[in-house]
Amino acid sequence: MLNGRLERVVADVAERPSSLTPQGPAAESLASLWWVMFWLAMAVFVAVMVLLALSIVRRRDLPLEADRFTGETLAGGSNWLMLGGGVILPTAVTLLLMVLMVTTGADLRALGNPSQPLVVEVTGYKFWWDVRYPDAGVRTGNEIQIPAGRPVEFHVTSADVIHSFWVPQLGGKIDMTPGEVNTLRLQADEPGVYRGLCTEYCGIQHAHMHFIVVATPPDEFDAWLAERVDPPEEPTEALAQEGRELFERAQCVYCHTVDGVSPDVDLGPDLTHFASRRTIGAGMLPNEPDNLAEWILDPQAIKPGNRMPPTPLTDEEVQALIAYLETLE
Amino acid sequence: MSATQPQATSTDLERVWASPPTLQGWLGMVNHKAIGKRFLATGLVFFLLGGLFALLARLQLAYPQLEILDAQAYNEVFTMHGVTMAFLFIVPVLEGFAIFILPLMVGTRDLPYPRLTAFGYWVYLMAGVFLFASFLVEVPDGGWYAYVPFTGPDFSPGFGMDFWLLGVTFLEISAIAAGIEIIALLVKNRAPGMTISRMPLFGWAMLVTGFIILFAFPTLIVGSILLEIDRKVGTVFYNPEVGGSAILWQHMFWWFGHPDVYIWLLPGIGAVSMIISTFARTPLVGYTWVVATTIVIGVLSFGVWVHHMFTVGLPLLTISFFGGASLVFAVASGIQVFAWIATLWRGTIVWSTPMLFSIGAVVTFIIGGLSGVTLGVVPFNWLAHDTYYVVAHFHYVVIGGTVLPMFAAAYYWWPKLTGRMLDERLGKWNFWIAIVGLHLTFLPQHIVGFLGMPRRVYTFLPGLGWEPYNLASTVGVLISAVGVLLFVFAAIKSRWAPLAPPDPWGAGTLEWSTDSPVPNANFERLPIVHSRYPLWEQPSLEEGPEDWARRLDTLTQPGHRMREVVTTSEIDGDLQTIITLPQQSQWPWLTSLMITLALVGVLFDAYWLALAGVVATVVCALGWAWPGRDYDPIDER
Repeated sequence: MLNGRLERVVADVAERPSSLTPQGPAAESLASLWWVMFWLAMAVFVAVMVLLALSIVRRRDLPLEADRFTGETLAGGSNWLMLGGGVILPTAVTLLLMVLMVTTGADLRALGNPSQPLVVEVTGYKFWWDVRYPDAGVRTGNEIQIPAGRPVEFHVTSADVIHSFWVPQLGGKIDMTPGEVNTLRLQADEPGVYRGLCTEYCGIQHAHMHFIVVATPPDEFDAWLAERVDPPEEPTEALAQEGRELFERAQCVYCHTVDGVSPDVDLGPDLTHFASRRTIGAGMLPNEPDNLAEWILDPQAIKPGNRMPPTPLTDEEVQALIAYLETLE
Repeated sequence: MSATQPQATSTDLERVWASPPTLQGWLGMVNHKAIGKRFLATGLVFFLLGGLFALLARLQLAYPQLEILDAQAYNEVFTMHGVTMAFLFIVPVLEGFAIFILPLMVGTRDLPYPRLTAFGYWVYLMAGVFLFASFLVEVPDGGWYAYVPFTGPDFSPGFGMDFWLLGVTFLEISAIAAGIEIIALLVKNRAPGMTISRMPLFGWAMLVTGFIILFAFPTLIVGSILLEIDRKVGTVFYNPEVGGSAILWQHMFWWFGHPDVYIWLLPGIGAVSMIISTFARTPLVGYTWVVATTIVIGVLSFGVWVHHMFTVGLPLLTISFFGGASLVFAVASGIQVFAWIATLWRGTIVWSTPMLFSIGAVVTFIIGGLSGVTLGVVPFNWLAHDTYYVVAHFHYVVIGGTVLPMFAAAYYWWPKLTGRMLDERLGKWNFWIAIVGLHLTFLPQHIVGFLGMPRRVYTFLPGLGWEPYNLASTVGVLISAVGVLLFVFAAIKSRWAPLAPPDPWGAGTLEWSTDSPVPNANFERLPIVHSRYPLWEQPSLEEGPEDWARRLDTLTQPGHRMREVVTTSEIDGDLQTIITLPQQSQWPWLTSLMITLALVGVLFDAYWLALAGVVATVVCALGWAWPGRDYDPIDER
């Protein structure tokens, strides 16, 4: 049953995270670098295999033991084989690759080279992602909105162990190391929703530490960011009001921030604009009321080992809480 | 094969070199053949255990969201798979082959420090048991590379990582002992006349490997001790919150870890060179090229450790240099591969199981080498790092460069190890099943890496397109397992095979000049060498300068009841002097046991026990070093 919903979070929310379907300039140059190397490697492999096969099946003129002692006399010809195949061929290929390496590397690091890039700060936690837009003062989690067609500079670090930040369709990865801030420039060419993952083993739920990158047209992005600056409106509906009270009473507030309701805490993802997010559990389930109820009651059943404890609530209480969370647009 | 008359070694000589058939004799045994076989047998057990972990992990990944293992169990299993294979299987088994075969190959009676050989084995065994004892307490789950801060006191507070750190550090002592031993043997104990340029290529591979061990392993020992102090005492070498560094561990680990890869690789390709030459019935083409390449690989292996760290955020210029250095290995490997091809080209091929495994190893190694070149290209590494592409790459390299060559070596040297041959028909089944299994396992992993699958995940979401590749991998592992079991079956079956002649393969190096199984003293008369392939190229192993012949003759009569061997000059192999090797001793295993006690004390914070263990270790070391008799006083003549 869980499997079906997991399948939906993959199929409905974001594209498959394949490096071979690049959606931005960095990923495109990586993919083309790969294909150049692949065909070079194939050429070398086939050539060597043909030589190896020939050396095995070639017709022997000499009887079994005749040429055993002629090692030194035959060395001249084999020296040329060794020089050609063992030295000149790999050196040529290697030099070509070194040039590709340096040029591609420099291009990727400088990507777009904007004077004032949009900065997004991402911090890895066991097993979720804290996302901040420092210039706008906006905070969110597990879902990163970026403007399509504009380079974005990610400043990444970790709050606990080493994680690694990777959106395969947009580019390469970079480690998130506690005590260090690394930068990575990525750009999505077209609006779209892409899946990102943690690639450095970080503990029991490393496997389910995903995130979503949503690329929207720049004006849509600007509007999104502007909306997020203000805290969400207080709920008006009675059920949601009850849920807001529960949010404080049931200890949600100790770990989750809702701007204007709870202080800035980082034990769990920020929930200020939770209702507009696509997934829960760091890319694990679609953000739908049923899934949410299940998650709140027993997150350990879905993602064993994550930091969120089960919350013992009655059905009515859960409905109220969800009604409140749904207002956090 | 002109010089391969079986040598009936004289009883006196045999008795001096024999170990008493008592418990004391068994525990105190120092003979390189017995110790080498113990390394190999123990290594095989760990290989099967490491393989079992791989099998469990692959079953869990056969299909998304399976629950054969839970997340924690999976993380423990993949950690112990790496730890077992890297530390308890590959390196000890390579040492086992070297310890067993090298003294025979260079024509002497034993390794130069026999008690150190024995000590190395006991350390290995006890460290292995120590690491596996974690299954009774808490299994490490930080990967074989144990990155901080994950493995530090804050995030792995239990005993698991202490088992890892203490056990692995302890184990490294065994490798360093073997490294010292092998270097000394190859430099000082080669047969008279075996100039350095006549040393077999497996010897060259092990000589360079010995030096790599000496320079690489101490870094891991120091790094591990620092981390253990962080954990036990509360220092902060690796704690970034208070000024330590999380990256420091990575530098220290990979300064060890990358050369370690060549410690795995060089002996494997050295063995393949021996086998290809034997079954192509011709000397290896490009001996000098290959030796030079081996040395260059040894030196360069210390210059590329950062290529495991291209994504940590180091400056682009820095990592580009390391990327460039990594690509240079393509040239070194190219020379090696073309030396094999040229040898096959010149030779006349005899198909045997060792030859099949060697050719399979070469093909597999080339695929791994090519994917390795792509990983050396820095920007591509940003794509592939920590995905299954890397898993595929290094398994290809390790299996092609080490595991298949070890199977080849096992089939090849089995007559020397046991006196009997492994079944050739079973061997061929073993080969084809294993080769199909391993390529089915690892080829699809390249692709699933591109599709975004990271390493070390206990499961994955359905629908990402990773399913068919993972299923294929799992089926591949099951097939490989059948291949491995066939080897075990062949090994057992060989007990009932007839005795093998001294040189069943028609090979050219010295180990084939003595009986199968090998007598205690190895050779009745130590050989004199005038060529690289003495059994092919020399009419006799006895003729040489009169002075040498006379002195070697006296050694066939152990009048002094001593274990005597000769030393020769480092480069020219001129006979220098006769030295006496120590007899068997109980101190090596006692010393090792006392160190184990000390480590158990540290592990459980029982510092009184740790202190007692240290004192007892010192006492044992004193007992070991105490001047004693180097001969057997009972058998006075």
